[in-house]
Amino acid sequence: MAYSIQGKTGAWEVVIGLEVHAQVVSKSKLFSGAATEFGAEPNTQVSLVDAAMPGMLPVINARCVEQAVRTGLGLNAKINLTSTFERKNYFYPDLPFGYQISQYLHPVVGEGVMTLDMPDGTTRDVGIERLHLEQDAGKSLHDQDPNRTFIDLNRAGVALMEIVSKPDLRSPEEAGAYVRKMRTILRYLDTCDGNMEQGSLRCDVNVSVRKAGEGLRTRCEIKNVNSVRFVMQAIEIEAERQVELYESGGSVIQETRLYDPDRGETRPMRSKEEAHDYRYFPDPDLLPLALDQAYVDRLRAALPELPDAKKARFRVLYGLSPADATQLTAERELAAYFETVAEGRDAKIAANWTLQELTAMLNKRGLTITESPVSAQQLGALIGLISDNTISGRIAKDVFEEMVETGGDPVKIVDAKGLRQITDTGAIEAAVDKVIAENPAQAEQYRSGDQKVTGWFVGQIMKATGGKANPKMVNELLKKKLGG
Amino acid sequence: MALDIATVRRIARLARIRVPEEELPVMAEELSRIMDWIEQLNAVDTSNVAPMTSVADMRPHQREDAVTDGGVPEKVLANATDRVGNFFTVPKVVE
Amino acid sequence: MSDALTHLTIAEARDGLAAKKFSAVELAHAHIAAMEAMRDLNAFVTETPEIALERAGQSDARHGAGSAASAMDGIPVAVKDLFCTEGVQTTASSHMLEGFVPTYESTVTANLRKAGAVMLGKTNMDEFAMGSANITSYFGPVKNPWRLNDGKDRVPGGSSGGSAAAVAARMAICATGSDTGGSIRQPAAFCGLVGLKPTYGRCSRWGMVAFASSLDQAGPMTRSVRDAAIMLQSMAGFDPKDSTVVNEPLPNFEAAMAGSIKGLKVGIPIEYRIDGMSSEIEKLWQTGIDWLKDAGAEPVEVTLPHTKDALATYYIVAPAEASSNLARYDGVRYGLRVSADDLTDMYEQTRAAGFGREVRRRILIGTYVLSAGYYDAYYVKAQKVRALIAQEFAEAFKKADVLLTPTAPFPAFAIGEKMDDPVQMYINDVFTVPASLAGLPAMSVPAGLSADGLPLGLHLIGKPFDEATLLRVGQAVEQAANFTALPQLLGKA
Repeated sequence: MAYSIQGKTGAWEVVIGLEVHAQVVSKSKLFSGAATEFGAEPNTQVSLVDAAMPGMLPVINARCVEQAVRTGLGLNAKINLTSTFERKNYFYPDLPFGYQISQYLHPVVGEGVMTLDMPDGTTRDVGIERLHLEQDAGKSLHDQDPNRTFIDLNRAGVALMEIVSKPDLRSPEEAGAYVRKMRTILRYLDTCDGNMEQGSLRCDVNVSVRKAGEGLRTRCEIKNVNSVRFVMQAIEIEAERQVELYESGGSVIQETRLYDPDRGETRPMRSKEEAHDYRYFPDPDLLPLALDQAYVDRLRAALPELPDAKKARFRVLYGLSPADATQLTAERELAAYFETVAEGRDAKIAANWTLQELTAMLNKRGLTITESPVSAQQLGALIGLISDNTISGRIAKDVFEEMVETGGDPVKIVDAKGLRQITDTGAIEAAVDKVIAENPAQAEQYRSGDQKVTGWFVGQIMKATGGKANPKMVNELLKKKLGG
Repeated sequence: MALDIATVRRIARLARIRVPEEELPVMAEELSRIMDWIEQLNAVDTSNVAPMTSVADMRPHQREDAVTDGGVPEKVLANATDRVGNFFTVPKVVE
Repeated sequence: MSDALTHLTIAEARDGLAAKKFSAVELAHAHIAAMEAMRDLNAFVTETPEIALERAGQSDARHGAGSAASAMDGIPVAVKDLFCTEGVQTTASSHMLEGFVPTYESTVTANLRKAGAVMLGKTNMDEFAMGSANITSYFGPVKNPWRLNDGKDRVPGGSSGGSAAAVAARMAICATGSDTGGSIRQPAAFCGLVGLKPTYGRCSRWGMVAFASSLDQAGPMTRSVRDAAIMLQSMAGFDPKDSTVVNEPLPNFEAAMAGSIKGLKVGIPIEYRIDGMSSEIEKLWQTGIDWLKDAGAEPVEVTLPHTKDALATYYIVAPAEASSNLARYDGVRYGLRVSADDLTDMYEQTRAAGFGREVRRRILIGTYVLSAGYYDAYYVKAQKVRALIAQEFAEAFKKADVLLTPTAPFPAFAIGEKMDDPVQMYINDVFTVPASLAGLPAMSVPAGLSADGLPLGLHLIGKPFDEATLLRVGQAVEQAANFTALPQLLGKA
């Protein structure tokens, strides 16, 4: 059932295109040797070039070019062997040159395609229009002084990749899946850290609505949305606004808007009210960027295994469901963790433990997979103990909790606490006999054909053995004794 | 006249150069005279010519990705007209 | 003694310093005295005598130790005020940059300093290098030391007018200039000097206040062709900070000048015979052809059909780039700021007050030709014509090794003339602009005097990165012309 907005006049389809601005992972800026680290003291990561001092010239960072090409390859996109940097001219205090060096007519990466993994396990292909390199702007601080805006140029000149999708997305869910998948791919490639809170991944969302079968209507661009949740909310709210506007006889004007999550609305951006005329032209300080096919091939050969390939491999190699495989490959680190856990063990148990117990624990503690107090080797060892019947799955959960608290080795915890499963037939038989002897009424109930009490008996026996009896053996012996 | 007063007003605004209203006609006339002279290029047949993209027939060199600069706020801010701490300032901008 | 010291060429001063006939400090003192004596010419925006004496002292120490850094070690140099100099005000002759003290040194001046050159000061120029007469400077016009008896001061040409006046008036042995459409060559011609614009990409543009990035090129202004070779050697070279500078080892320019020009083909572009060229310029051009023929070269006619379109092309491309290059002057990080409560007001008032009329005019033209709806018609069109012009040069150089033309269509004119119509002023650069558009090396060599006694120059255009041939042919012109006249200001001679 396709997503739509139900208006007074019927259903409206939503058409969405996304522009993702991804900060390139590099030590230094796109055109200067200043550092790119987040959170430095104001204007300490600024070279004379970034401050646009007279006579300063840009020189391109080879690593940034490489990262853009690698990202293009990761998006199955065409790499343009010749591309051009152009100047986008406008005045703003955080733009020291009075222009942003960007790519306009000839981007380094052309059309590509990305496969979305939908929550229901299905996939959907979305077109990539282009990817280009450009400079980030500095930061304006408006709240430090009543009469002045303060300018910090630390970010000015940091390399960004602008990745533009085709208007192929049709619902907030798809847009969310797009941003998540983009982040996954960028992180796999290590071309962007994907940190939306720090602004290293930001989205501009283009939204329009239409009736089924129509061509595209006017779109609005919602700028600088900085979380997946906000992207999804902003689309819904903006689409509803447009539907209401059309249905009340109005029309949508093409404009740049801002999403305000506190008020749950989008509104036009003041600073963008003035019609822009960016006067793009090729930057005469930079010659066209020329790449060799051999260089591109070399980068392609050195790409890591990407999420789609890993997911396919996990499904075949480990026999996982599409949903589990998608989840496990969403982060490179999680996938690696899982593979260590599953190494030589039951992959399904490994997947369940990784996606359930481990993930729940990490979420509860606000930790990432790399910060997990339980290492993949330790979790693997715990699963080994389950598989060889040293402990039951139930006991394993207690052991896991202990591992989380103490960071201890599962074998040692099991030994120290005497948690090894009782597999000695004599000991279990004694316990079964004792419980049957003490509860003749329930035994009679069973014998008269009411087998529902089996569970109650098992519970009693487990209680009597401190939960350590092998449940399978308990079941078998119980059946034999009661039946006999 | 190639450039009317409204056009001059618009480009002056784009270029962030204040041209007082009373000077617009003179500026429009001067600029028009230059543009009229430039119009001669229309007569040149360029139908099969690609625009020049670089004067020097060479590949630009690329920088290695290393931090070689920055950490010099005093140099960067030395000529700032209005400095507060390590910030440049401008009149308040309302977002 | 001191008078004699200021009349030396670089080569003579080098030999004198090496032979300990005089010291670098003596050389500096002589030029500082000349600089002070001739302030009336307004050649310098900033004089730096203390720096000159300090560096001259260091030079003497090197000479004393037998470890001179280069042929330029101890040579007093005037620096055009668009090369950023660490700790020394750099203005580009604009109110916008009045009081701006760079915290860095341009690559060209750093190279000269490394070579041991002694900076005397920063020379006046057309504001942001936009002009051909040095009358657009915020710090007032520069007077040409060549003057007639009519009581009117002549312009030194521009934009490197202060540099030209300083070298012609013997305040400096040589000077740096920068050339965008003729800004080294035309003032060199107006002041009786050698002015060399190297191939685009020969000298780093890092730290040089930008006018038009695809055209700007630094070069030497000297009193002999040999000096131009020596000085270029110290200015040029690869620079990792400029993406457009060529990464090739430099030839030894002075050594490459040796040898005859016998058999060289000298191209004479027929389209340079323009309407309005003075008959004495035309005559001088023919004389130049004859000189080179006498020296064994072979004149050949070449055709550059789009020469007539070069100026219009230039006046689209250069202002377009300038409109963007000068956007950084916004009152925020350095330079003039006119205070206002509103950001846009601050920008508009700062830029209206900081830029002079010609600069504002060019920024507006540049903004216009890049603006939506006009970009293809003007900017793209101009870059296409530019490509045609470059192709035509490449064709011409299949037939010729070097081209010979006049440098300017007329000699230095009086300050105040040709000012009412900007297009009239632009005609100054009609012979110099085409080579700039094609990025080719070109040089003006003093070749004679006009009937009333003002210097005239001949202009040589070379193949890309073939400054060596240019210098060799330039020397042949120089020898034949035997230009020994001195500016009237320096009296007798």
